[in-house]
Amino acid sequence: MSHELEPITDPGLPDHVHRAADTDPVAEKRAERQVAILFALSAIGTILFIASYIYIPTTEFIFLPVLGSTNAHELFLGLGLGLSLLFIGLGAVHWAKTLMPDNEIIAERHVMRSEDVDRKGFVDTVKEGAAASGLGRRSLIKRSLGLSLGLSALTPLLFLRDLGPLPKKQLETTNWKTGTRLVTDPGDRAIKASDLEVGAVAQVLPQLLPGEERTLSNIGKDAVLLIRLRPEEFELSPERLSWTYEGIIAFSKICSHMGCAVALYEQQTKHLLCPCHQSTFDVPRAAKVIFGPSARPLPQLAITVDSEGYLIAQKPFSEPVGPSFWERSS
Amino acid sequence: MKRLSRYRRHRFAGPVLLVFALFMIGTTFSVASATTQKSASTLVRSAAVDEGRQIFLKGCSSCHGLNAEGGSIAPSLIGVGAAAVDFQVGTGRMPMADMSVQAMRKQPAYTPDEVAALATYVASLSPGPAIPTQDVVNYERDGNTAQGGELFRTNCAMCHNFAGQGGALSQGKFAPSLMSSEPVQIYEAMILGPQSMPVFSDKVITPAEKLSIIKWIKASQSEPAHGGASLGRVGPVTEGLLIWTLGLGLLIGIAVWLATKAR
Repeated sequence: MSHELEPITDPGLPDHVHRAADTDPVAEKRAERQVAILFALSAIGTILFIASYIYIPTTEFIFLPVLGSTNAHELFLGLGLGLSLLFIGLGAVHWAKTLMPDNEIIAERHVMRSEDVDRKGFVDTVKEGAAASGLGRRSLIKRSLGLSLGLSALTPLLFLRDLGPLPKKQLETTNWKTGTRLVTDPGDRAIKASDLEVGAVAQVLPQLLPGEERTLSNIGKDAVLLIRLRPEEFELSPERLSWTYEGIIAFSKICSHMGCAVALYEQQTKHLLCPCHQSTFDVPRAAKVIFGPSARPLPQLAITVDSEGYLIAQKPFSEPVGPSFWERSS
Repeated sequence: MKRLSRYRRHRFAGPVLLVFALFMIGTTFSVASATTQKSASTLVRSAAVDEGRQIFLKGCSSCHGLNAEGGSIAPSLIGVGAAAVDFQVGTGRMPMADMSVQAMRKQPAYTPDEVAALATYVASLSPGPAIPTQDVVNYERDGNTAQGGELFRTNCAMCHNFAGQGGALSQGKFAPSLMSSEPVQIYEAMILGPQSMPVFSDKVITPAEKLSIIKWIKASQSEPAHGGASLGRVGPVTEGLLIWTLGLGLLIGIAVWLATKAR
């Protein structure tokens, strides 16, 4: 590269500029005082922390603009500890920046490659060792060693299996079976069709058999929302219409997008919203997706009544509830 | 008697006698036909119905129709009951200020007495849910705060927020905050399902459970902010906004100060 093509010459490193405190004793004294003040503020913060712990009752509330009514005990504890730690840090940094030595140190970069002599020595050592072990000649040992090393590498796979029980068909099945009664959540009371007025909703779960317990993982897939409309408002296929009972329609509450609980029911528009990503389902049209990221309608639960008039499931869900998963069949 | 008989040929004697006779007949008839107690309350109620009808004709009929039969922009009020009037007019949602997507809560346009008269009039059109009495809504006596919290989280929290602060619905509609709701209004909202809200039937959420929900909401209204500023109790949105602006801004400021050489 010729000199003519380089219009700006390398200016090199700038001169070292001394700080005021390095040259002026007055500035040095001032910096020292500043650091001391910062540390003193930290001490005041700690004293505030201790004092508010001891003297401010936990039930004391004060009114602050913007924040409103605030618990004084918690407020001054937090304020005290915050000031205490913040000013230790600020003092230490100010001390280092103004008073501690500011020698400039230049560290040159070096080539990463090792010296040729060192490289040759390493290769020689490896070759020497290989020759001494005689691996090249003793193929029986070589192969048996390969086998044992390879097999031992498989053992961690067994530990992976211990991460938990296999999911089996749990994602595809729920606890709704033919004839399972719908019971209120919470309360576990069976409900009759006549218990719901037009426009009413009910959060329901499958009735527990004697001895069974309600687990969160079961609620997480069994939760169902009942909605009563006027029967003439439905726009359903004959099959889906037979899954309703006198205007009562039941949907899985688990969103088919990401599994949030879909239960924001707008009575006037008859839309069902998911609060997480605003997927909107049209209830009279079998929870057809009319807005949002969800790809499938909410699964509909076929319901009817038993001989005593209580609402029951006609049959299990016809498709897996909740979001998509890798092995999902439909 | 003698004094009276002096006036028997007076020119007002005829009319006075006629009025007296009519009064006697009417009184005798009312005493004979029904118990006085019942007829008195009927009179009071019909007076309230008339007063309510007058208020209705002035303030409501332009949208809801002269006989509350509904119109193209407003629903029929026949059969909605006194509770619906008490909720909608008592919270100021009706009459609506404008034709927006949702009737807003505001200062009521009518006094409690006028609301009661309107409710009596609308209830007289066809039976509907009555206003729950103070004895029914005695949540302090009959409610259970913990049970109410459980019911609230399953049935109410998805729209009204986990702390009753309200939340967004679709297309500008929203579930209002419950922080200034009165017990009777909450009870009425659950049995009526006003606007976007669904109905919560008495068999699905029993009256006792409704009182538990009310007790939980009242407890939530007076819940002090123990953890410092509550930031509106709407969850991660305000908290995230604060930490991403104020918190991160502070950290950037400190980083800049750290890297600046002292003079």
